[in-house]
Amino acid sequence: MTAPSRYSRALRCFIGIVEREFLRFLRQRSRFFASLVRPLVWLVIFGTGLRTMVDTGVAYEEYIVPGLVGLVLLFNGMQIALSMVFDREMGSMKVLLVSPLPRWYLLTCRLMAGVIVALPQVYAFLACAWLWGVRPPLNGYLYALPAVILAGLMLGALGLLLSSLVEQLENFAGVMNFVIFPVFFASTALYPLSRLSEANAVLAEVARLNPFSHAVELVRFALYGRIDSTALVATVVMTVVAMALAVWRYDSGRILRRSLAAS
Amino acid sequence: MTALEIRDVSHAYRKPALRGVSFSIEPGDFVLLLGLNGAGKTTLFSLIAGLLGLQQGAIRVLGHEAGRSTALAGCGFVFQQSALDLDLTVVQSLRYHAALHGLSRSDARKRIEQELERFGLAARMHDLVRTLSGGQRRRVEIARALLHRPRLLLLDEATVGLDVPSRRAIVQRVRAQCAEEGATALWATHLPDEVEPGDRTIVLHEGQVRDDRRDIAAASLPDYFARLIASEMAA
Repeated sequence: MTAPSRYSRALRCFIGIVEREFLRFLRQRSRFFASLVRPLVWLVIFGTGLRTMVDTGVAYEEYIVPGLVGLVLLFNGMQIALSMVFDREMGSMKVLLVSPLPRWYLLTCRLMAGVIVALPQVYAFLACAWLWGVRPPLNGYLYALPAVILAGLMLGALGLLLSSLVEQLENFAGVMNFVIFPVFFASTALYPLSRLSEANAVLAEVARLNPFSHAVELVRFALYGRIDSTALVATVVMTVVAMALAVWRYDSGRILRRSLAAS
Repeated sequence: MTALEIRDVSHAYRKPALRGVSFSIEPGDFVLLLGLNGAGKTTLFSLIAGLLGLQQGAIRVLGHEAGRSTALAGCGFVFQQSALDLDLTVVQSLRYHAALHGLSRSDARKRIEQELERFGLAARMHDLVRTLSGGQRRRVEIARALLHRPRLLLLDEATVGLDVPSRRAIVQRVRAQCAEEGATALWATHLPDEVEPGDRTIVLHEGQVRDDRRDIAAASLPDYFARLIASEMAA
């Protein structure tokens, strides 16, 4: 029997990590429904309620669908972070970190597995939105795929970075609320930048700089077969920076040093 | 080439955890690292695994720098804290580990069946890990550590929390396995009754190696620790 090449070992490792994430996801069916209910409440209840109040240039429900896709991905990014903190506390993180592949690769696999798990959630939401009458061109669903993946990678990388900063599982719920709601509301997910700047210039500037806004705009343009190059560059840069910082934090042993010192 | 070489390793958190630890282990040896809780065993294991960065000294694992992929490829770890996914089945947990070590599906399947058979867990392979007893979970973890045929097995308090018969069964199983496959093992424990006559025993106390020999009789070890602690107190 010949020894497998470095690439086939790396590929098997990637498949193994994705399979584990899927198996865990399948065991937590409520997670899937929760990820659908959240954006659907926004779409059906808030979307209907605010339809006549917010001028977005298009039907309000149509405007907020990309933002709600972003919401699904944002929660998924937080889920990646939560799962990393959980694995660290439960000890299974060590199994990943002592496998014979570079740590940056292992963490990247973990991030990609998290994003792959998010894809059925995003498309299930888009299917529900279609039933509710939000119908982008059919090929838009295909064009949106790379944008959704990229946005998911950025939000997942931010989640990984966050997981390296949170010390204990108990603190995580508070941190999630502290991150998710300001990031979601201070963005272009629910109202266009032009409307925001009329109301409050500072908030508009915050929304313009918010990486989540770029993720949302990337998905919005892609759904209609277009590329927002600013959003694309900002999302790629943010993904690389967040991932590099997360790898540095995990690689330097800071996280485990803290837990060992505490014991 | 030594299986494990630890040279003048010191490590501190807020206070020192290891101070000038040095020893080496030859291939095929079964060595006990004996120390009370807080002696520095887990810190030493984390350094060998590359989970912590070295602050001082050097560690070479199977001829490679500790923590490098080449070193990790030849090692099997059992951690003090259980590291199993409770929501996966036994076979899914082992398959995940096999994938992390780059085993093909067919190799993994064969080895998983073999290891579970050896550890008496074949009938539980499709059960969720959370439904297993503490002893069964520990056996799964040891089977997992052996799955990729490591040349160096590092077990940190692998029998912690188990009753005496379960502990004995696990220690015997690992000893037999190491002898069968010619693997080297470093077994960290705070339980003197896991030492057998003729075992090389390294005593770690307050971050320092206090003793390293083959003739520490199991029966006298509790006294040995009592004397050690008394001498520390007197000092």
